[in-house]
Amino acid sequence: MIRTGTRYRMLALFVAPALVVYVAFAVYPLLSSVGMSFFDSGGGDSTFVGFGNYVELFTNPTTSERFWNALVNNVEFFLIHLLVELPVGLLIAALLTSGRLRRSVGLYRTLLFIPATLSVVIVGFLWRLIINPLWGIVEFPLLGNEATALPTISLMSVWQYLGIPMVFLYTALLAIPDDVVEASRIDGAGAWTIFWRIKFPLIAPQFGLITILTYIWTFNGFDIVYALNGSAPGPNYSTDILGTFFYRSFFGSSGQVADLDLGGTVASVIFAIILVTTAAYFWVLQRRLKTYEL
Amino acid sequence: MTTVTQPRQRRRVRPADRAANLGLHAALIALSLGAVVPVLIVVMNSFKTTQGIFGSFLAPPDAETFSVQGYLNVFSRGNFLLNYQNSLIVTISTIVLTIVLGTLAAWALVEYRVPIAPALAGFFVIGIMLPIRLGTVPLLKTMTAWGIVDTLGALVLVYTAMQLPLAIALMTTYFRAVPAELKEAARIDGAGEWRTLWITLPIVRVGIAAVASITMLPVWNDLWFPLILAPGKGNQTVTLGVQQFVGQFQSDYPALLAALTLGAVPLVVLFAVFSKQYIAGLSKGYGK
Repeated sequence: MIRTGTRYRMLALFVAPALVVYVAFAVYPLLSSVGMSFFDSGGGDSTFVGFGNYVELFTNPTTSERFWNALVNNVEFFLIHLLVELPVGLLIAALLTSGRLRRSVGLYRTLLFIPATLSVVIVGFLWRLIINPLWGIVEFPLLGNEATALPTISLMSVWQYLGIPMVFLYTALLAIPDDVVEASRIDGAGAWTIFWRIKFPLIAPQFGLITILTYIWTFNGFDIVYALNGSAPGPNYSTDILGTFFYRSFFGSSGQVADLDLGGTVASVIFAIILVTTAAYFWVLQRRLKTYEL
Repeated sequence: MTTVTQPRQRRRVRPADRAANLGLHAALIALSLGAVVPVLIVVMNSFKTTQGIFGSFLAPPDAETFSVQGYLNVFSRGNFLLNYQNSLIVTISTIVLTIVLGTLAAWALVEYRVPIAPALAGFFVIGIMLPIRLGTVPLLKTMTAWGIVDTLGALVLVYTAMQLPLAIALMTTYFRAVPAELKEAARIDGAGEWRTLWITLPIVRVGIAAVASITMLPVWNDLWFPLILAPGKGNQTVTLGVQQFVGQFQSDYPALLAALTLGAVPLVVLFAVFSKQYIAGLSKGYGK
């Protein structure tokens, strides 16, 4: 046995390097963003302005219009992932674990995951080439139309990340012991009933987790929109999401001056949105999803 | 599951079962094609002339349309070798640093059970969900103040911080599975704590492989931080390099497709090799 004093010393020694890097480059910047949103650093010194930056963000006609537009677009971006990516991922996971496949499982799993290994830059351009109205598979300019541009980009992202919920739910389904499934099969339950009445309730916590992770990831989205449409994503900001709006706020763009305080404020608002939703989710839903000890 | 179904399938397969199997394979093949064909179209067209691409997007290259001019253009106009080198340096350094720091921390959190250990572990686990990009403005300020903005080191530090929570969560589950007798035996033989950890490492090597493969993808493919923290010509990673190249050479389609192919191939190959470790990492890391 190790003495308690030694334990504290060893813990401190082994954890310190990871803790320093994690705090300095992940936790502190995030909290510091919130801190700086209450200050005005224009003109050299920082002066405390309370909620001044927030008032400015939400009352200035330009920033406020852009923010609400980006938020609504981001909700749509998330909903398309929720309604397409997760169900299809679940379907594939169910097919892969139906018990009818043997060695081919590994091959299908790898092939289906390949898009998720590509960088978003590649995914964006690849699809832009394929759907190019001049020679591609559709004649309609999907990316050039305000109504279709965002759904199109969202579906590109869904195509890319489908493998993530698939793998997630696949491993969850694999963990269900055979005898549970076998017992209900003997009782005469069909594949459909077994899946919805036995298997899905058992993986509901994992399904909930991947849902909330998808929410966090999509509200952190930026890459695919930027890769396709740049930092002021058109047509007419119809594909602008919170990530691109945030980027413009502190980095500037042709139509906007870079403003670090505004950047910190926007980051804090996005952070608050993610935090409140995630916390609410864990309090309200995840607690009700029973984790069964198997 | 296989042990249950195997004997049954060796018997005569009922027609209904055969139809179900056929439908299942048909569905999975269709989905797999949907995932792979778009990538293959790009790779295939990167070996064609501009006329070949415009003439028929879906036709494979023939004697007339085959060309590697796109690749030659990419290498003469782009900085691809340098981009690859940068991506390799950043990704490998991040993986090594994440493994070393993550393993030490996870070992201690499992091994030295004092009252604050669970709280510390929880503090790290929260990081799995933290949207670290939202801290970009202070990060940019810090990096500028330290004079390391526009260096590969800046990227390595941020990515390590970003990947550590998942690495610690993963390694913790692997360290928990190490038999206590083994560590006690080592300590009784007079091994110090470092030596005991060193003896334990081979047992958790699967976990280390999982951390490495799960760290690789998001770091190699990230666009946000290279764009903001290391945008200079000399420090561009492959992802940013492809982005800039494609933006610059919009009309040179063979080169553009060659650039996309060069950007995609390394990770697809690496994933195919390490898919098992990656899947273990993904499910165990987030699973807790």
